[in-house]
Amino acid sequence: MDDKTIGNGSEEVRIGFFICHCGSNIAGTIDVEAVADYVRTLPNVVVSSDYKYTCSVAGQDMIVEDILKYKLNRVVVAACSPLLHEKTFRAATQRGGINPFFFHMVNIREHGSWVHQDRALATQKAMDMARGAIARVKFHKALEKRREPVRQSVLVVGGGIAGIHAALTMANAGKKVYLVEREPTIGGHMAMFDKTFPTLDCAACILTPKMSEVGSHPNIVLWSYSEVTEIKGYVGNYDVTVKRKPRYIKEDLCVGCLDCIDHCVFKTGNTDDEFNQNLSKRKPVYIPFAQAVPRLVAIDPAACTHLNGGKCEQSCATACDRQAIDFEQKETFEHIGVGAVIVATGFKPFDAHRKPLYGYGRFPDVYTALEVERLVCSSGPTGGDVVLKDGSKPKSVGIIHCVGSRDHQTNRWCSRVCCMYSLKLAHLLKEHTDAEIYNFYIDIRTPGKGYEEFYERLQEEGNHFIRGRVGDITDVPIIPEEEGRMIVRVEDSLAGFVRRIPVDMVVLATGLEPREDASEIRRRFNISCSSEGFFLERHPKLAPVSTTTDGVFLAGCCQGPKDIPDTVAQAGAAAAESLVLLDVGYVEMEPMTAFVTEKYCSGCKTCLPLCPFSAISRDEEKGVAVINPVLCKGCGTCVAACPSGAITQNLFEDRQIFAEIEELLVHA
Amino acid sequence: MPENFEPKILAFFCNWCTYTAADLAGVSRMKYEPTTRVVRVMCSGRVDPQFVLDAFAHGADGVLIGGCHPGDCHYVEGNYKLLRRFRMLRRLVASLGIEPERLRMEWISASEGERLQKVVNEMTAQIKLLGPLELPERFREWDTELHEETFDKEREVVASGQ
Repeated sequence: MDDKTIGNGSEEVRIGFFICHCGSNIAGTIDVEAVADYVRTLPNVVVSSDYKYTCSVAGQDMIVEDILKYKLNRVVVAACSPLLHEKTFRAATQRGGINPFFFHMVNIREHGSWVHQDRALATQKAMDMARGAIARVKFHKALEKRREPVRQSVLVVGGGIAGIHAALTMANAGKKVYLVEREPTIGGHMAMFDKTFPTLDCAACILTPKMSEVGSHPNIVLWSYSEVTEIKGYVGNYDVTVKRKPRYIKEDLCVGCLDCIDHCVFKTGNTDDEFNQNLSKRKPVYIPFAQAVPRLVAIDPAACTHLNGGKCEQSCATACDRQAIDFEQKETFEHIGVGAVIVATGFKPFDAHRKPLYGYGRFPDVYTALEVERLVCSSGPTGGDVVLKDGSKPKSVGIIHCVGSRDHQTNRWCSRVCCMYSLKLAHLLKEHTDAEIYNFYIDIRTPGKGYEEFYERLQEEGNHFIRGRVGDITDVPIIPEEEGRMIVRVEDSLAGFVRRIPVDMVVLATGLEPREDASEIRRRFNISCSSEGFFLERHPKLAPVSTTTDGVFLAGCCQGPKDIPDTVAQAGAAAAESLVLLDVGYVEMEPMTAFVTEKYCSGCKTCLPLCPFSAISRDEEKGVAVINPVLCKGCGTCVAACPSGAITQNLFEDRQIFAEIEELLVHA
Repeated sequence: MPENFEPKILAFFCNWCTYTAADLAGVSRMKYEPTTRVVRVMCSGRVDPQFVLDAFAHGADGVLIGGCHPGDCHYVEGNYKLLRRFRMLRRLVASLGIEPERLRMEWISASEGERLQKVVNEMTAQIKLLGPLELPERFREWDTELHEETFDKEREVVASGQ
């Protein structure tokens, strides 16, 4: 330790206590002056004061000045959550010349003033909490943060627009990027869209240049048809295992000529084409869409005759003059080391079957929005002709908003994009079919640049807007005009009565949901989910792309529903946060690791199997346990289990916690 | 039972889930009983059974341990280790004559502020019904009893002249 740093633990303990008003956030419920007066009477407290905003520069300066003036060697601040401002006050403590770990924080806002109403009881609780901290901080020790180098590479999980943008940003900054995509091509949901709102520029036109840039970028390693199976390590030094599923094509030989597809024994498709939302068929050897990146075919093992043990002349293999087809291909595993991870695994559209009254799957001409995206797209299953299942053009179309969103029976949240994409589809359907378009909405939500103007434009184009949540869709007519059509039954809440609108086609504006395996992914990356299942950001406002695991960042709809501009902005932010981490070049590890005091260790091995990080080993010569501080993550599980009390966790030492417990329970 | 009895619940919250849930409850201004005194630990696996016993011995009316849901532990499996200890602890605490409602373990994730509010309110209501535990006072009584018993026995021994 630096000789100039005071507070080596041997001299008299001199504590400074600072309590924050946080404007009226704390002082409105807690009598801060009374707490300060009370703490002043506690042993070892040299100075105790209150301040309007302790986290302000002036507030921090007050702490620094008081450290020098009163020769303090411990600092306790009672304010907001340590998860918010512990760093701020540790830094202030350090500026005063004390080791930052002689600081302790008391959370009297989130755990006090904001959750209690009774002023006397809240003040009492704050006094107790302050006393606990004062007792604990006496036993604090000077600690040093260990520095570890950061690997100059990043893993991007998911190759939708979020992953693509994040990968390109990192790669253009000169960092090595591994982009892992589960599907045979990158592009994600955006590649399936026809046009984008509100400008109506074609999704493929703006996306595919970025996709091919990813495919050819010297700094990007693109692994499609692959999945991350394991991730270990810590911020700056993650060890990742990627499973590469067999696509039965030698990637280095395939040039994407697609001859194999022409020569497949199936002359037409034999299996549902996922990319076209199962509205068309594809062959077992296929490329998802014309501009797929990487431009490599894949063979679907579920649909291929040969791979299912059937008899097949394997004409695809013989047609390939580069012998790129390899039916013996097995899955392989790649092991990489990265400094940061960007999770951009996207969303799942709401399954319209879960709203049975809307007739999806029962009436042939009820479509989901994503199906209609494919129908209106000129590269879609019908070449851009919007035709019903019987081949005729619809004369009237009903678009039902909020399907599976803002609904207590399914998902409570607003999916944010459905209003706008419904308006877009209304425009496109009118353009393609000249049908009457009815929008059934609860509220039209258009908060974005140019969005409200687009809504006005749609109104001017003569679309119908009916406010009301649709009750059901029926095919039982009561008047001749309804014969052979679907009837949308809705309570028009502006007109004030129930209406029946006969339509030929229904579009369900399905909402956005977390992917089915979101909780599996979350566990793999050690991040949290909010209650609806989207990945949880570290702070809803101030750390929107960070997670509780350092070095793991979020981008796009895996964090919550958002449109393309917001997704791209967030992906850029995630890349920027990763760049900060990589460019600083090192990480400071929190010093709250555990260590063994050899003379107390009996060598019983109780701790060895408890450590999930294999940080504990046994020194056979000395017969004692040894903890590797590099591997130790500081959970303290071994400390609690050691029967001899030989293990200590820095900052969470037994004597600190016992002191805290005992003082918390003495009523003032 | 004294009037206006305000139970003292000592709470051990893990940094990543339950402590964050308590922060969320705060940010969302969810009101709950001012009965908890929280000790922050990095992982619920750090909760040493002695902490719990020490809390009761020093006057806690209840002890609440909050950790991440199974499978969600920031340190992979610390909460499972707590679970094992908790099973043992519950029996131990019962054998000391402490009602089981006074010791509670809850998995509360970072997004479950509401659940935290509910758990604290529920536990407070239960303990209010039970009344104060007053273990320190009871310890003193037991000490006196023990002392007197021993003393009486000694006197008997002396009186019988053995």
